[in-house]
Amino acid sequence: MAEMTMIQAITDAMRTELKNDEDVLLFGEDVGYYGGVFRATEGLQKEFGEDRVFDTPLAESGIGGLAIGLGVTGFRPIMEIQFIGFIFEVMDGLAGQMSRMHYRTGGYYNSPITVRAPFGGGVKTPELHPDSLEGLMAQTPGIRVVVPSTPYDAKGLLISSIRSDDPVFYLEHMKLYRSLKGEVPEEGYTIDLDKADIKREGNDITLIAYGAMVHSALKAAEQLSEENIEAEVIDLRTVSPVDLDTIIESVKKTNRAVVIQEAQRQAGVAAGISAEISERAILHLEAPVARVTAPDTVYPFASDEDVWLPDHNDIVEKAKATIDF
Amino acid sequence: MLQILDENGKVVNEDEKPDLSDEQLQDIMYRMVYTRILDQRAVSLGRQGRLGFYAPVAGQEASMIGSHYAIDKEDWIAPGYRDIPQLLWHGFPLWQSYLFSKGHYKGGQMPEGVNALVPQIIIGAQIVQTAGIALGLKKKGKSQAVITYTGDGGASQGDFYEGMNFAGAFHVPAIFVVQNNQYAISVPADEQSAADTIAQKAVAAGIEGIQVDGMDALAVYAATQKARQNAVDGNGPTLIETLCYRYGPHSLSGDDPTRYRTSEEDDEWEKRDPLVRFRKYLEEKDLWSEEKESEIVDQAKADVKAAMKEVEETPRQKVSELIEIMGNELPNNLQEQLEEYRAKESNK
Ligand SMILES: Cc1ncc(C[n+]2csc(CCOP(=O)(O)OP(=O)(O)O)c2C)c(N)n1
Repeated sequence: MAEMTMIQAITDAMRTELKNDEDVLLFGEDVGYYGGVFRATEGLQKEFGEDRVFDTPLAESGIGGLAIGLGVTGFRPIMEIQFIGFIFEVMDGLAGQMSRMHYRTGGYYNSPITVRAPFGGGVKTPELHPDSLEGLMAQTPGIRVVVPSTPYDAKGLLISSIRSDDPVFYLEHMKLYRSLKGEVPEEGYTIDLDKADIKREGNDITLIAYGAMVHSALKAAEQLSEENIEAEVIDLRTVSPVDLDTIIESVKKTNRAVVIQEAQRQAGVAAGISAEISERAILHLEAPVARVTAPDTVYPFASDEDVWLPDHNDIVEKAKATIDF
Repeated sequence: MLQILDENGKVVNEDEKPDLSDEQLQDIMYRMVYTRILDQRAVSLGRQGRLGFYAPVAGQEASMIGSHYAIDKEDWIAPGYRDIPQLLWHGFPLWQSYLFSKGHYKGGQMPEGVNALVPQIIIGAQIVQTAGIALGLKKKGKSQAVITYTGDGGASQGDFYEGMNFAGAFHVPAIFVVQNNQYAISVPADEQSAADTIAQKAVAAGIEGIQVDGMDALAVYAATQKARQNAVDGNGPTLIETLCYRYGPHSLSGDDPTRYRTSEEDDEWEKRDPLVRFRKYLEEKDLWSEEKESEIVDQAKADVKAAMKEVEETPRQKVSELIEIMGNELPNNLQEQLEEYRAKESNK
């Protein structure tokens, strides 16, 4: 096993699959020669050649269409959207086309495509770079939305995404790229795409999070533990579809839940989860399901993001209020 | 390619030379020098962590200033993220451009009478919007034009074609400037498209297209001036490709141009520097001196200092303020959140 940052684990997953299957292709803006603006694809063009790893012209809709076309001709494309805010240019490709290829051809064609995009706040990027748009994609049936929170998960989930015959929107939280390290096996391994992970066990309250908020939830859990409140922390890993079994089982044990997301409060992933908990486990609840989110404004870029983004203190506060209900 | 001044500041195309007074020629030089200093200061402020997002412009002064000098105060600009100089010369205050860089909402508030959009982060979005502005101006019967800017990379975006096509179809007063500075981050222009020039893309939209030497302020001015005249005379839009170079990194957020460019290439382009050739041209006419230039340098530095002071005295924006400015009216979800965040902020 090797110690890796999340970005190293992501590169390693792509290297593993480029080696493993010659139909895997990797492309996007600046991903080839330059190795990506975050260096996520560094060295891969050198290793696998320009036929397999290449730059595209600057056009997201073009990149998405290219992936769909390559997908139906037997390739397994990994396409990079440089920052999540640019998915609007390829929204038809993602939500209108890839997601329904299997359905509208009655299973004749697939979209074996992995769409990678950095997202997430706390690193002072300009507007339309850090937004949390997973809720938008989660509204779209036919495309999985995966958000890893650790290097180990990042590699396993990315390999599973690349091997999947269905399209996967794989979101990489920018703040996690280099801020933490973890043990990552050298060989290729997969993680079930539809399975949440319990990152910490506890009996008093369930904290449900994904992406960077998993780490805020874990920090909050440590703090709560000092006050003898033992929180269970669930890392969703995939926000569409959500692993409701793991959530409901945990809520039945703890009887309380707080759902946490970096995204704005209105609609979105946390709203859906809290509705599902109410529908499926209302009689097990000792308090209403609470949410910790950002406010319903545009992402404020740079100067204000630390105030705008929810943090572990907000989680502690909400958890205590839920316990004291 | 339209060129008027060669690298030594000699006129090579007398026929196309624009009719500019001595004062106007000096003014163009003044603006280019000032812009170069602003850029140097911004790069250094950026490196000190005192700015937010910044995209360097050195090398593109002739393209930016030459084109902007040809439009009217009343005309509209739809800039990309790199086109801060044109906005400044259009009347947008420097200190506000720094607030824009830092992501403060006051950095997006255009002063009265400055007809401009906020610099666009999404490549291509400004180009389709330009067609809309131009149609608006036409419908209102104004004799104004709109100028928009993007890069060679931007010319690959779907919005680029849609914007030009719309402007052509509606026959509106739009000027599309593609500053071909040779790279879209790391990708060289010749990998962006198999077309020989970007200017020729105008043909498909049924509009005028011209390629100019983007290191030559007079050529850029002449082309834009003609485009503007055509626009306000009701003769439709123009696409102008300016061949230029960006000396610095793509932006100050971690790009290292030595990973995709050679120093020989840098040197080659620096020989064509827009300031050097214009200075030579003016000196030949006895219109420029070292003293004049150093006055401008001092002026620019003092202006930067004053603007930074204003920025540093501007109160940090609050989340409650962001909630207040989300829309013209406060919907009920935000009403509740406004109270919540105000309470939170008053506890701090
Ligand atoms: C829709 C969209 N896609 C990608 C980006 C990321 N990006 C920012 S600048 C840039 C390169 C732009 O190059 P070019 O258009 O040539 O302009 P230049 O920066 O050279 O002035 C890229 C890929 C973006 N801002 N918007």
